Amino acid sequence: MEELLMRHPYDDDKTEKNKILLDRLNYLTGYHYKNCEAYRRFIDEICGGLKDCDDLSDVPFLPVGIFKRKELKSIADEDVFKVMTSSGTTGQQVSKIFLDKETAGLQQKVLASIVSEYTGKSRMPMIILDCPSVLKNRNMFSARGAGILGFSLFGAKKIYAFDDDMELNLSGLKEFIKQYEGQTIFLFGFTYMIWQYFYKKLIETDEYLPLENGVLIHGGGWKKLVNESVSKQEFKEGLNKVCGIKSVHDYYGMVEQTGCIYMECECGHLHASIFSDVIIRDMEDFSVCENGKKGAIQVLSALPHSYPGHSILTEDVGCILGEDDCPCGRKGKYIEVYGRMKNAEVRGCSDTFER
Amino acid sequence: MTNLEKYIEAFAEGLEIDKSVVKEGLEYQSIPEWDSVGHMGLVAAIEDAFDIMMDTDDIIDLSSFEKGIEILKKYEVEI
Repeated sequence: MEELLMRHPYDDDKTEKNKILLDRLNYLTGYHYKNCEAYRRFIDEICGGLKDCDDLSDVPFLPVGIFKRKELKSIADEDVFKVMTSSGTTGQQVSKIFLDKETAGLQQKVLASIVSEYTGKSRMPMIILDCPSVLKNRNMFSARGAGILGFSLFGAKKIYAFDDDMELNLSGLKEFIKQYEGQTIFLFGFTYMIWQYFYKKLIETDEYLPLENGVLIHGGGWKKLVNESVSKQEFKEGLNKVCGIKSVHDYYGMVEQTGCIYMECECGHLHASIFSDVIIRDMEDFSVCENGKKGAIQVLSALPHSYPGHSILTEDVGCILGEDDCPCGRKGKYIEVYGRMKNAEVRGCSDTFER
Repeated sequence: MTNLEKYIEAFAEGLEIDKSVVKEGLEYQSIPEWDSVGHMGLVAAIEDAFDIMMDTDDIIDLSSFEKGIEILKKYEVEI
């Protein structure tokens, strides 16, 4: 893993990547087989026992729903350092992910390595497009809180854009932007909340915030915006109109594989880094789909050590657009994500916020 | 104020704890206040106290009272 951490996230082509990642994933499968009883039973009963895989697509995968029904961990109870939860709405079961210090540290290092490829190494003044109360309950980490904390690493001076009633702090933001005039300002938030409480408010009040130099990273899913018929293109154009921002990056990620996010490049493609990979599977028979074909997204990550989450079949639908040949120059697979499968339980991070 | 005093004060202020708790042996996650939320406050307080900006790697590596002193050397702050 040490060697893997030294690598640039997007420099290795298919052959090189498969070798490095496969070694780590085989190690993790063996490790979890030894240390997590439920995982061992799964491998023995469903996959016919433990074996070293020759190809990334052979690595056994757990359905993501299992993290809602079972508490899966490969560490002793006293080594649990943080429990992360997905942000299911009331009444829904949430995933529980158990982290030890090592895995939590890896997540942060990998996130830093990936994001700095887009924002640069230096930290920036940061606008958090959320409200301060999201971090109040320090013992229960929702996906939203974890996202904000994780990305706060790239911020120097910080300001929250909303108060706890989700009202936009317009005067505070204007002052903040003025104070850091000429510098790149980093903005982070969840897609739906940005549209609902930032974009719409600025339109409504006919205000413009000068953020032409800003870099916005947003995630959490498009479900609610799709319902409002807002496309990715309209999202970008809308934000450009109210604050002049040009650098806007969506990301795909999940609490079950925190750290390994798939960042949207300048060409609008979501990129797998050296630390993770994507396989698309046929929704009927789970066979591997060729590039360009839609199917269920399986995610592989080199990080999960404290829980058996290194290979997961998600409930999301996506397709691989290409590999090693994106015009942006980054190596690895690049994908498009279409959202949740029809019959799956609905869960989108920023969608949990209901007024 | 000496740099050590400033450093201790930044810990107390950043983590919202009493100065008497701030000493050698204090580690990330060893007290409830120094969790990942508190860590952000701590980083901000140290940066303000010494008028520096730390690299992301150093923020991740800042795992104890002693480690912080070592990291600050990189920013020409001797404690």
